[in-house]
Amino acid sequence: MGQWAGYLQLILDGAVVTIKLTLMGSALALVMAFLAGLGRLSRFAPVRWLATAYIEFFRGTSIFVQLFWAYFVLPLFGFTLTPLQAGVLALGLNVGAYAAEVVRGAIKSIGKEQYEACTALNFNRWQGLRHVILPQAFVLMLPTFGNNAIELLKASAVVSLISLSDMTFQAQVVRAQTGSTLFPFLTILILYFAIACVISFAIRGLERHLTRGLDGIRS
Amino acid sequence: MEWDWAFVIQILPTLIEGAKITILATVLGYILAAIVGLAIAIVRRSKNKLISRPMGFVAEFIRGTPLLVQLYFIFYVLPDLGLTLSPLVAGVIGLGLHYGTYTAEVYRAGIDNVARGQWEAAKACNLNAWQTWTQVILPQALPPMIPALANYFIAMFKETPLLSAITVLELMNQARSIANYNYRYIEPITLVGAFFLVISLISVVGLRWLERRYGRID
Repeated sequence: MGQWAGYLQLILDGAVVTIKLTLMGSALALVMAFLAGLGRLSRFAPVRWLATAYIEFFRGTSIFVQLFWAYFVLPLFGFTLTPLQAGVLALGLNVGAYAAEVVRGAIKSIGKEQYEACTALNFNRWQGLRHVILPQAFVLMLPTFGNNAIELLKASAVVSLISLSDMTFQAQVVRAQTGSTLFPFLTILILYFAIACVISFAIRGLERHLTRGLDGIRS
Repeated sequence: MEWDWAFVIQILPTLIEGAKITILATVLGYILAAIVGLAIAIVRRSKNKLISRPMGFVAEFIRGTPLLVQLYFIFYVLPDLGLTLSPLVAGVIGLGLHYGTYTAEVYRAGIDNVARGQWEAAKACNLNAWQTWTQVILPQALPPMIPALANYFIAMFKETPLLSAITVLELMNQARSIANYNYRYIEPITLVGAFFLVISLISVVGLRWLERRYGRID
């Protein structure tokens, strides 16, 4: 039993890396989602094209290929990234592209009368977006953002293949050292599921918090 | 580092070999996912909570954990329990189970969308459960699901590079072995990216067509 405690510690160290990666990747994804999502709704055609190109590119190629490209090909152009940076960059940009479509869909679903109200209050575009449209749209985005964050958590397992010592990597280390397969893999499956549950629980809590007092107003 | 077309020509046949395996794995995995998903959806509808609840938990669990780890589980743990699978078979099972939990949700939504009157009509016509499903419910439920199912087909296609982690010689693995052997990463990895991008862009057009053809809700 004593030896397993040591190996469990190894896996928990990996879990910390996985959580760090998920948080940092989600932060980047959130920024990219709003940049690209709002970019696709821009008045300026070149901005729209740029945002569309970003979204189609990152949704069209697999996260695995993007990660390898960031880690192995970018250094050849002079950008050398640590595995953690490459992981955060690839995960954030990939999931950000999916989340950008969520941002766009949520903003477009806000009724026309809200925009008219902004005009009536003499808000400029930014003020209208900031004070009227986004507060309503953000609540609509939240559940899907939660799913996106869980997708990011799951996708983060591939960073083990560029030698970043996340949970999956540590499980492979334990497998190599002990020859036991059931213990490491079952443990990390349960841990991944637990983290996913925490994410969806946190998002539900945030949603309740943000919609407090809105019952009956929102349909 | 320069892009070298001669090197591209030289590695192309190997990459095409890999692409064949990628496509084979996607098609087989998807067939499995379509069947598994339907089974999960039907079991979860069971009135017996002792059957539907555990099934729901298993599906949630599979959906909440990474495909890569599931592939490792199938590839490394099952042989210890006496079931040795070839890498490709393990990969197809992994893809099929993982995406089966996603297609199950599509089936569930599609089945829920069939009007109650249809169930009642089936009962009024004295059809048994099998006849009700195959002759009344599924023929109506399936066509509107086609776009969403196709969507997961594309998503799964983009996940197949993960199979390289369990030594399936698909496109990504071929590209990596070429890259490691020649110590040139730029061409193989970029070509793999381009391959996925081209297929995805084409399939987006196909998906739009499917949505127009089947996705109408009337």
